[in-house]
Amino acid sequence: MAVTGLLLIAFLLMHMFGNFKMFLGEEAFNHYAGWLKGETPDGGILYPILPAGAFIWVFRSVLVLAVILHIYSAVTLWMRAKAATPSAYKARKALAQTYSARTMRWGGVILAGVLIFHLAQFTVHSALTAGSFGATYAHSPYKMFVGEFQQWWMVVIYAVWMLAVAMHLRHGFWSAFATLGANTSPKAFRVLNACAWAIAILLYIGFIFAPVAVLVGWIH
Amino acid sequence: MNITLRVWRQANAQSEGRMVTYQVRDVSEDMSFLEMLDLLNEDLTIKGEEPVAFDHDCREGICGTCGVVINGTAHGRGNSPVATTTCQLHMRSFSDGAVIDVEPWRAGSFPVIKDLVVNRSAFDRIIQAGGYVSVNTGSAPDAHANAVNKRKADRAFDAATCIGCGACVAACPNHSGMLFTAAKITHLAMLPQGQPERGLRIKKMVSAHDEEGFGGCTNIGECAAVCPKEIPLDVIGQLNRDLISSLFSRDGK
Amino acid sequence: MATTSKTLPGADYFTLGNDIADTKAPAGPIEKKWSQRKFSAKLVNPANRRKLTVIIVGTGLAGGAAAASLGEAGYNVLNFCYQDTPRRAHSIAAQGGINAAKNYRNDNDSVYRLFYDTVKGGDYRARETNVYRLAEISANIIDQCVAQGVPFAREYGGLLDTRSFGGVQVQRTFYARGQTGQQLLIGAYQALERQIAAGTVKEYTRHEMLEVIVADGRARGIVARDMVTGAIETYLADAVVLATGGYGNVFFLSTNAMGSNVTAAWRAHRKGAYMANPCYTQIHPTCIPVHGETQSKLTLMSESLRNDGRIWVPKKVEDCEKDPRDIPEEDRDYYLERIYPSFGNLVPRDIASRQAKNMCDEGRGVGPAVKELDHDGNERMVRRGVYLDFAEAIGRLGKDAVASRYGNLFDMYAQITGEDPYSTPMRIYPAVHYVMGGLWVDYDLMSSIPGLYVGGEANFSDHGANRLGASALMQGLGDGYFVLPNTINDYLADQAKFEKIDESHPAVVEAVASVKERIEKLLSIQGTRTVDSIHKELGHIMWEYCGMERTEEGLKIAIKKIDALTEEFWTNVKVTGVNEDFNQALERAGRVADFLELGRLMCVDALHRRESCGGHFRAESQTEDGEALRHDDEFLYAAAWEYTGAGAKPVLHKEHLVYEAIELKQRSYK
Repeated sequence: MAVTGLLLIAFLLMHMFGNFKMFLGEEAFNHYAGWLKGETPDGGILYPILPAGAFIWVFRSVLVLAVILHIYSAVTLWMRAKAATPSAYKARKALAQTYSARTMRWGGVILAGVLIFHLAQFTVHSALTAGSFGATYAHSPYKMFVGEFQQWWMVVIYAVWMLAVAMHLRHGFWSAFATLGANTSPKAFRVLNACAWAIAILLYIGFIFAPVAVLVGWIH
Repeated sequence: MNITLRVWRQANAQSEGRMVTYQVRDVSEDMSFLEMLDLLNEDLTIKGEEPVAFDHDCREGICGTCGVVINGTAHGRGNSPVATTTCQLHMRSFSDGAVIDVEPWRAGSFPVIKDLVVNRSAFDRIIQAGGYVSVNTGSAPDAHANAVNKRKADRAFDAATCIGCGACVAACPNHSGMLFTAAKITHLAMLPQGQPERGLRIKKMVSAHDEEGFGGCTNIGECAAVCPKEIPLDVIGQLNRDLISSLFSRDGK
Repeated sequence: MATTSKTLPGADYFTLGNDIADTKAPAGPIEKKWSQRKFSAKLVNPANRRKLTVIIVGTGLAGGAAAASLGEAGYNVLNFCYQDTPRRAHSIAAQGGINAAKNYRNDNDSVYRLFYDTVKGGDYRARETNVYRLAEISANIIDQCVAQGVPFAREYGGLLDTRSFGGVQVQRTFYARGQTGQQLLIGAYQALERQIAAGTVKEYTRHEMLEVIVADGRARGIVARDMVTGAIETYLADAVVLATGGYGNVFFLSTNAMGSNVTAAWRAHRKGAYMANPCYTQIHPTCIPVHGETQSKLTLMSESLRNDGRIWVPKKVEDCEKDPRDIPEEDRDYYLERIYPSFGNLVPRDIASRQAKNMCDEGRGVGPAVKELDHDGNERMVRRGVYLDFAEAIGRLGKDAVASRYGNLFDMYAQITGEDPYSTPMRIYPAVHYVMGGLWVDYDLMSSIPGLYVGGEANFSDHGANRLGASALMQGLGDGYFVLPNTINDYLADQAKFEKIDESHPAVVEAVASVKERIEKLLSIQGTRTVDSIHKELGHIMWEYCGMERTEEGLKIAIKKIDALTEEFWTNVKVTGVNEDFNQALERAGRVADFLELGRLMCVDALHRRESCGGHFRAESQTEDGEALRHDDEFLYAAAWEYTGAGAKPVLHKEHLVYEAIELKQRSYK
């Protein structure tokens, strides 16, 4: 749970950083996208250690594996908790549980659902709402990005989704480090929680920045 | 003051339980919560009804026997200004006319015996798995043979104050027994006497914990919030750290 | 031959039996006796030990330690407790510390000094040989506990901290914050759980022992009730150890746990085990007072509070209802400082307790008035509390210094009473805390029933008429870890020669039948009074007549009242439910029935001992200054009572106390 979660957080940071290339213009962004897939003339990332275009599949495999293991661990924990709960309290009041902690499980399910849409949209290109890949966006992920996020309701969907992601991370980040044995003093508790907040806020702002920029016309 | 109680009544482990409402009159605010239950039971006995069964013994907050969920929090922590056991919660924490829900610890590993009484022997079995130092009577070296770092000795003590009441399990949304297990792990891990068995102990205790059917820890913190002895959540961090390092040791393989 | 003695007071209530001639302590100099006994005791071959079964009732410091140690030795141990886990035993509530003659402080401490202090503190009514042994093994107890991981308080250098406790002049008390008992018990519990895992000990929780099985003159097992199912079960063994704690709850209100009871010990007494010095009760002066009739238990506050707190009551009765802060200095009576100018607030426990009672009897008590019975049996409302005032200490030392010394106690007080002791004086009152009396045992801790051993507070041997602070934990663990495992083998070595018995043995059949019959009787009465109401009434009688101050007249009244109450109990008690269920009312009823019989014997014992010693204060025997006055010429013995049947007079056997290593002195605190 912890290891895969942290791996996914690391991916999100990279993803967010990549998105910032939107501000450098179409050429830079498209080059970056192509480079990841090994489509650029220089053979792309990690060429020639790996054949051109191989890296992206290794990368995707690791991510898919991480997601599967993450869900598997979550389901296992969920099942154990269910088995350990014979009947619910008639009255129950939480004293320490945060909203993020309480929504980890159903929140995770919702996140996964939107993730499928997101992949269908930007990776498989089967769920593009503002146009079709072949005609308008051919070989320009930049245009695709702009096209999709010029629709205000798409930005709203993403803003809500990213809020859910940020909340999931807020508890997830702290919890992952606690599980890995980093929380061994009250001070460590404070530091980990502060970091969790910082990373959740950073990711939220970082991810929502480019779509908002598209919407308000900074990027076009 | 007068109180309305809604109490969980359940004849035995096999039967269905339900909340039953009782009125308790002339409650003094100086009474402890359990004395208020005594008052209810005296009344029920005189009426020829069966009194409410609840576990209790020392009534000074140290034996760990008592424990019920009051208004949705273990030991009524949500009603108390300070960390408390049920026996040390006083009626002055409630107002006249209050409606109070009283339920047993609910967890699969703590089956109900009757009414508010549950079976917590799973905790004993976790200790049996390795919550001790293997030293036979008579084989001890002089008490001053080992000096103990003061900071570690204090941390060991903080963890050793656990009274095994089970509030942590009752409050945990996963019904995990991790705070209890981790308190013992941390107590012995901080002392030189606990070192030889440290790697083996954690493997055995954690697997005993899982075999007893407790849920997994997801670092929510409800356990520490209700703990009457204020065992900090970071003992679980210590457990996790020791567990990870034990995976690289040959103990128990 | 039992003859009625007209020379002893209260002789109408008992008969005099033979003296106890031999306590089985070996001859020779006192410091050699224990080694000598260990050497002379017969041994059991390690290969034979698992064939021998030992029942241990109780899982506190004595019982838990004995069960773990005998399990380690390889015996087949069956261990019983009424609680849901062995870790709940009431030893857990001890706060102060544990004494040991380690002399880590280089302050002249020694085994002999600990021995001397304990005998003197016991007002010369303890058995010298046992006390010396206790002092001798005290150092091993600390070693054992540290090795188990008991987190004693440590200094910055990493070595153990000690403090002076209970008025002794050396720093020999080891402690673990204010919860030494808990930490020591958890140590014993862990050792016990280790043996349970190893299979040498079988644990029976939520089992209450209701009868001891005595077959052919030997203890061969017990009858216990499974408190969850109500099943009456028989357990057979080669020896039985009772480590079932004290019976302070005979007073209803005490600092004992609600479940602490005398049943195991009393059942053994009824089967022939002598009960020794039952009237010796320790009353602790600094407890939180009773708040009303629904009070179920009293909470002890550490005696260390008397180091800085000043005890007072209003001079005028009409001031007792006032806010204490509004009572001017000249209207306050700092009575301990007035009566005992040199010791002041630090007089010994029994004196501080008795004077608090005197002040309240005069009508100058403070706090809520509570209902009680006076000497003539009339109800009256009395304020039972005196002030323990820290205003002067806070003024002198500052609030922070006071908080650092007593912060946790102040917090505890505030939580229970809802009052802030930093701004308003605390209220305190004495409460029953510990009983020095218990089942009579010899040097081996064997009772007068062969094969029945008794350890910890349940026996009588080590504290005489008064127990010193931090000695109860020492005795419990000493008995459990070191004494019993080295004496019981002497008995068990011969056990192979005895015939094995099974459940068809007449003694077993009789024991089971009597238990069932008694339960049926309790359930069949269906009267109008609750068990608790009778228990409370017994408590009132005991507290009034057999509490801090006892008189011949009062004790006779008490006996009469207890007889009437016993009659009331057996004809008018109401026990709900059935036996075949988890039935707490039934559990309590059985215990109160035994408390009634014990209470009567305590009064008889107190009546016959017309001297004051330690925790036993007879108004007829005091010095001009109101101090306890012993009569060594008449009463230098332990009174061991033999049960002779319901309603029959108990028989007194005297064990004359011989002091070879210590000279007798009268204590004085003026």
